Amino acid sequence: MYKKSALSIFAVLVALCSLVVNSQERVRLGTPISESDLEGFDLVAEPDGTGFPSGGGTARQGKAVYDINCAVCHGANGEGTSGNTIIVGGDMQSEGPPLRTVGSYWPYASTVFDFIRRAMPATAPKSLTNEQAYQVTAYVLFMNGIVGEDTELNANTLPNIEMPNADGFIDRSHILSN
Amino acid sequence: MTKDKLEKVAGNGLISRRHLLGMGAAGIGVAASNSVLGADAGINFEIPSWSRTPGPGASAYGGRSRYTEHLQRTHGAPNPTYPGGGSSRSPLQHLQGTITPNSLHFERHHAGVPDIDPARHNLVINGLVRQPLVFSYEDLLKYQMVSRIHFLECAGNSGALLRGGNENGTAQSLHGLVSCAEWTGIPLSTLLDEAGVLPEARWIAAVGADAASMGRSVPIEKALDDVMVALYQNGEPVMPGQGYPMRLFCPGWEGNISVKWLTQIKLTREATHFRDETSKYTDTQPNRSSYKFTFPMGTKSLITSPSGQMSLDRPGIYQVTGIAWSGSGSIRGVEVSADGGRTWADAAIQGHQLNKALARFTIPWEWNGGNAVLQSRATDSQGNVQPTRDAIIAERGTISFYHNHCIQSWGVGNNGEVTNIYV
Repeated sequence: MYKKSALSIFAVLVALCSLVVNSQERVRLGTPISESDLEGFDLVAEPDGTGFPSGGGTARQGKAVYDINCAVCHGANGEGTSGNTIIVGGDMQSEGPPLRTVGSYWPYASTVFDFIRRAMPATAPKSLTNEQAYQVTAYVLFMNGIVGEDTELNANTLPNIEMPNADGFIDRSHILSN
Repeated sequence: MTKDKLEKVAGNGLISRRHLLGMGAAGIGVAASNSVLGADAGINFEIPSWSRTPGPGASAYGGRSRYTEHLQRTHGAPNPTYPGGGSSRSPLQHLQGTITPNSLHFERHHAGVPDIDPARHNLVINGLVRQPLVFSYEDLLKYQMVSRIHFLECAGNSGALLRGGNENGTAQSLHGLVSCAEWTGIPLSTLLDEAGVLPEARWIAAVGADAASMGRSVPIEKALDDVMVALYQNGEPVMPGQGYPMRLFCPGWEGNISVKWLTQIKLTREATHFRDETSKYTDTQPNRSSYKFTFPMGTKSLITSPSGQMSLDRPGIYQVTGIAWSGSGSIRGVEVSADGGRTWADAAIQGHQLNKALARFTIPWEWNGGNAVLQSRATDSQGNVQPTRDAIIAERGTISFYHNHCIQSWGVGNNGEVTNIYV
């Protein structure tokens, strides 16, 4: 009899413990939101066009924005003021170590827009409007001979731009561990 | 113990690790030979002044001895075209054990360190989920957490070695972009489960709240495996330079992917191809194709003492010590050579051999006063062996400098000076 009650107390204790553990596992404190709440916050712009905002722009429009906001570091023609600021030129098949720029190296045009919108200009990131970000993207691609001066870049056209080095990368993302 | 009884196990003076305890040698310059009597050596046994006057009392936040203030991270000068960008390197040659003090943990920033008010910081999970969610810092503190000791290494660490030069390099200047800490936080899988990952989500895009809003893509397999949202570093809130109030932590992988100041996780079909996973952190091969998404850091080790710019003051027995790590498992063993890789001896592992964490190795060595080349070679639990510099260059060339895990060679001259050399 004594043994039985001890056992049943034990069983209750086990059940209580598992309740505590279960309740901890069920902590759910995230507040539900909708994607529309994140307009202006979510700046992720993907190669397939997901995440691009409305609006658009051309290189012709972008020149003025570039001259005011970008040329101080990247040079009047994208020639740069230091190694990391060169954004025009280069050839991946050059004899010496290749100059790797937006034009010669970057595989997707989406990255140009994504990076300008989130991180440029370096002294005042996110100070450009979406329109201006499209315009400067167009101008940088125009300086690299990838789009025409009046090519309209927007959420539909930008993902279709073929970058010169698009096929130059080998994806190693399947290697999670050596 | 006399020197002639020490068992030599490899060329040029390496001594069996079995003698470690018996010798009691504690660091560089400690000779095992009989020393002169203390009084003859000029040691003063008067009671010192600090034993005669009470010192200051308890303090609110600890500082270090003024006699250790020379232990500093090193960092470059500000670059006007890259405001806030750059790195600071851990003084590896002055550290012991395997845990890096928070104030000396290496840093790499892409637009400086943001001054984040945790009450105004959010972590958003959106994209391909059943229910987008936002978490406050206070919310996250209420979750059950895990603590794991892991190294963190910048993909660019040791890159300078591939291009040669750096004769005056030190363990810090050449390899100081690696550190190790106990990280405490919430498994990312817990938060992703709460949002409900849709089957078509194959990647996450992780974004920081720094001025660059730096982003990186992580495959969903890793995100659901051992990735955490880290809130604590060695027991205290993550340092601002490490991502306060929270950072992503991806154990074993190139440091840049452990996004600091984490503010958004977006579930996506494909990798976002952020600037820092296309233009940067990619490796152009000799044939001009480039590797992207090279994640696990290689099996690696280096001797931190004796190391570059140190000097051995007299022939005798020295404690060779260093650190080893692997992005793919734990360190199974470390071998040390004193003759440039002709012969090797097993070092002792001093303490833990944890998964994706630094291990500390040590082996006694008798310097005979001649030239020596000290090297270490790590093997991990998967059987991966640290390669030579020649092997890395033969395979990958020297266009790229990321992900270099080659063997480091320290030359010891007959004057006792230790320098970075290539063999």
